[in-house]
Amino acid sequence: MALLQSINPLLSAGWQRDAHEWRLENDTGWHLKDYEARGGYQSLRKILAAKMSPDDVIAEVKKSVLRGRGGAGFPTGLKWSFMPKAAPEKYIVCNTDEGEPGTFKDRDIQRFDPHAVIEGMIIAAYAVGAGRGYNYIHGEIYELYQRFEQALDEARAAGLIGQNILGSGLNFELFAHQGWGAYICGEETGLLESIEGKKGQPRYKPPFPANVGLYGKPTTINNTETFASIPYILRDGGDAFLNLGKPNNGGTKLFSVSGHVNRPGNFEVPMGTPFPKLLEMAGGMRGGRKLKAVIPGGSSAPVLPADIIMDCTLDYDSIAKAGSMFGSGAVIVMDETVCMVQALERLSWFYYEESCGQCTPCREGTGWLYKVIHRIEHGLGRPEDLDLLSDVSTNIMGRTICALGDAAALPVLSFTKHFRSEFEYHIEHKKCLVPRDVQKAGSTFHTRLMAGTAC
Amino acid sequence: MMLSEATLKKIDREVAKYPADQKQSAVMAALIFAQDEKGWLAHETIASVAQYLDMPEMAVFEVASFYNMYDLHPVGKYKLTVCTNLPCALSGGVHAADYLKKKLGIDFNETTPDGKFTLKEGECMGACGDAPVMLVNNKHMRCFMAPEEIDLLLEECK
Repeated sequence: MALLQSINPLLSAGWQRDAHEWRLENDTGWHLKDYEARGGYQSLRKILAAKMSPDDVIAEVKKSVLRGRGGAGFPTGLKWSFMPKAAPEKYIVCNTDEGEPGTFKDRDIQRFDPHAVIEGMIIAAYAVGAGRGYNYIHGEIYELYQRFEQALDEARAAGLIGQNILGSGLNFELFAHQGWGAYICGEETGLLESIEGKKGQPRYKPPFPANVGLYGKPTTINNTETFASIPYILRDGGDAFLNLGKPNNGGTKLFSVSGHVNRPGNFEVPMGTPFPKLLEMAGGMRGGRKLKAVIPGGSSAPVLPADIIMDCTLDYDSIAKAGSMFGSGAVIVMDETVCMVQALERLSWFYYEESCGQCTPCREGTGWLYKVIHRIEHGLGRPEDLDLLSDVSTNIMGRTICALGDAAALPVLSFTKHFRSEFEYHIEHKKCLVPRDVQKAGSTFHTRLMAGTAC
Repeated sequence: MMLSEATLKKIDREVAKYPADQKQSAVMAALIFAQDEKGWLAHETIASVAQYLDMPEMAVFEVASFYNMYDLHPVGKYKLTVCTNLPCALSGGVHAADYLKKKLGIDFNETTPDGKFTLKEGECMGACGDAPVMLVNNKHMRCFMAPEEIDLLLEECK
């Protein structure tokens, strides 16, 4: 999937625009020379040449109000400032374990701009005093793991990583670590466990990674898009980045739009852009059908009905006020052909599959949620099931080591709140409020089959 | 069932990425290479990896059984993994899987009698905008898998 709207010259300007060109071998523009032609590595060179102090780098990032792009939205500069200064061994880790359903921005960053990630990580290493870094890459994008390794080779050959970077005395080694299919490793401490060669089961926090991280050493871990936003901030200034967005929500953001739109894809828009504008960029609703609901921040974010989301702007504050989460900027669009019970069943199956099994409320609770939703969807629901779902959900929330438990519960609570009548209809009538043939009309695959292209 | 020299060489390259006393960080990559060589991860293969990285066999087995792209049972020559998560399902992911099931005459987690294809249900591959999406033998992603694209893919798999 290609980027369909670009603003930041150092992040997305070189991305191809053909939405249907998915073959990686045809990609151009991701190599070191291309990135440098776009202004890449100028920020790093500037910092090193001017001997800008690490504290000044952190201050600039703080000024930009860049917030963690992986989903939690924690201020990046503040996170960097938590790193202890005196520790002799420190790490920088990039989280490219992008598996939150609906999110596909980091894949495109790795595809078209791996050097923006590398430059961001080197600058971060300089700012916090880390000597070594790892980029943990989602198992399902092995071809892009290979590309990242190629990009690392290019950077190494150009003296941008390794010993005495650009003659400045700075040392930083950077490597790629390949994941292999575990959603939970997107959780930062699960990811660190995974790099250590273990099951990716999250750790208790505190201690936070800034104090006890990879191999027990202080570690700064940020999302791919966060690191890729750093070069612009250091080149054009924190204020310039902040002003691209709005107060408390600095910069631009990549939004991944999937589902029932005419042009699914990634769109870089300023924070605070009205939702209808993004929907319009994505080509509007597929087949001109009516918008029913949107999950605004990845599958773990509470669903919002059409009338609520249409009044939102795309930033942390507006989405939170509407009762959902900005999350990773993954916008899942659903039209009137969607059966909300079936949609929730798919999500609940995912969380049940991906619970790491460490905490009882999540391990057992996600199984209960899936089984109850499954029976409602299949005409075996009982009148007391909606109360049961709410009971199980609230008993998971806040009682687990990491956020996966909450992530499993929030969709259940929001779907049954906003679309309660559909669940009640399912239970009472043993079938869906949305007729099957209407549901099928929503799938492009099905409509193409019916058009006689194959089968 | 020892691993080949070529595989061990690849594992050595991974080991070198980590601090000298953290060899076990290379276990995920080592299992990927071992699976590439052997087709799947038998107990003896897992034991070879454990021996090579000086790890308890159980610790390696824990990793092999935790991450879902490792195959602990034999699979067909071509393992096709289809994403059926919600964003993909909205653009035909489930129907693409149904189409494959019908064409191959097998269900998820089954292998065709000739040992050629295994079908798996996958979870989010981070490519929701390109749905329907599927992985071929874990490492190659195919996008926009409309019926005719699936037909083409099956033809390519000799």
